[in-house]
Amino acid sequence: MRKLNSLAISDNGFIFKPSTGESFTTNEMGLFIIQLLKENKSGEEIINAIMEDFEVDKITAGRDLYEYLDFLKREQMMD
Amino acid sequence: MEKKKLTIGVTGLNNIDSPGPGVPVIRGIKNSGLDVRIIGLAYENLEPGIYMPGLVDKTYLMPFPSTGSEAFLERLQYIHEKEQLDIIIPNFDSELYLFIKFSDKLLEMGIHTFLPSLEQFEERHKDNLPEFAEKYHITVPESKALMNSDELANLPKPLSYPYYIKGKFYEAFKVSNHSQALYYFNKLSAKWGFPVIVQQAIHGTEVNVIALGDGEGNTVAAVAMRKQYITDKGKAWGGITISDERLLEITHHIIKETKWRGGMELEMIKTDDGEYHLIEINPRIPAWVYLAVGAGQNIPEMLCRLAMGEKVKPVTEYVSGKMFIRYSWDLIGDIADFEKIIIFGEL
Repeated sequence: MRKLNSLAISDNGFIFKPSTGESFTTNEMGLFIIQLLKENKSGEEIINAIMEDFEVDKITAGRDLYEYLDFLKREQMMD
Repeated sequence: MEKKKLTIGVTGLNNIDSPGPGVPVIRGIKNSGLDVRIIGLAYENLEPGIYMPGLVDKTYLMPFPSTGSEAFLERLQYIHEKEQLDIIIPNFDSELYLFIKFSDKLLEMGIHTFLPSLEQFEERHKDNLPEFAEKYHITVPESKALMNSDELANLPKPLSYPYYIKGKFYEAFKVSNHSQALYYFNKLSAKWGFPVIVQQAIHGTEVNVIALGDGEGNTVAAVAMRKQYITDKGKAWGGITISDERLLEITHHIIKETKWRGGMELEMIKTDDGEYHLIEINPRIPAWVYLAVGAGQNIPEMLCRLAMGEKVKPVTEYVSGKMFIRYSWDLIGDIADFEKIIIFGEL
């Protein structure tokens, strides 16, 4: 959570990582997931929230979440 | 200190594609609360800083340091007679030796500097980096100082391609085979003299720190930056401030252990595993100093205050995510100004 909280994230989906100076762009789904992760929501809760907000089935929501978590970990934006 | 107008001599007005730090140093000083008169000290008659409107109040041409110390000192004495300099901020590696050597003499004349000692200056030289690293427990890439190109064929293990061939003062080229290594060895030894340094290339991100040491082991200022845009000469054309705790820790450690006095730049490579390798220490303010000013640490101002004997409170805060982007801009000059510099050596 420390790494995630250190990110500067704009509403436009621009992410700045102050420790390395790298920047990334993300879509609405990414912003949504980051927000819920910061609120300490569980994987199940996030999947349900994605299903509700983006009107997708559980498999799609789960795939979107885990793909995004992979990205955050790969770029060392998450512990 | 604000009450007295300070006359400050600044070198490094060559704001070219491999820029000297003079122009951003002056911009930093002018952004501060100091009341100043800026005297440009130029080595070449087309250094852009000479002609930039509102930058310097007067410029004098200087003899190259290689001309000899006597001519160098005589010229400084002449300029001092005219301008009553309070401070000189030298910004070239190649002139630092003379300024350090003459710092006591300059002080007797009333000119203050804030420079590393000769010992500090020498021990961080590129060819001394392995010894420096061992003494101060810093990780550095494998390197070797060469006096003869024949040694390229028998480099000690684990030095292997790709590696960098580095000039004594400036320039570095990455090479992948013997022909390239030999070509750049000859080129750099002809230009900068011996030794030529071979340094193992490390894969990672180049990160730099600009810092100011007070000479008593305290880091008065330090700002970390990641290069975003690098020119073919290896210079940062764009960069961004970062908050890298480990990098700043290493900086504080080096300044504390060496009791560094003056400005410095640490060039480091951060590997994907999070290890930091020190590739170079530049014993002066780097050309991207204005980024530090923009991020909240006016290092040129602090250096002036230290030079004048003021106690300067260390600053640890700065804004991360501040960027600089260099640009080129065509100045329109007048032949009459150029003539003055050519004929009289001053403008």
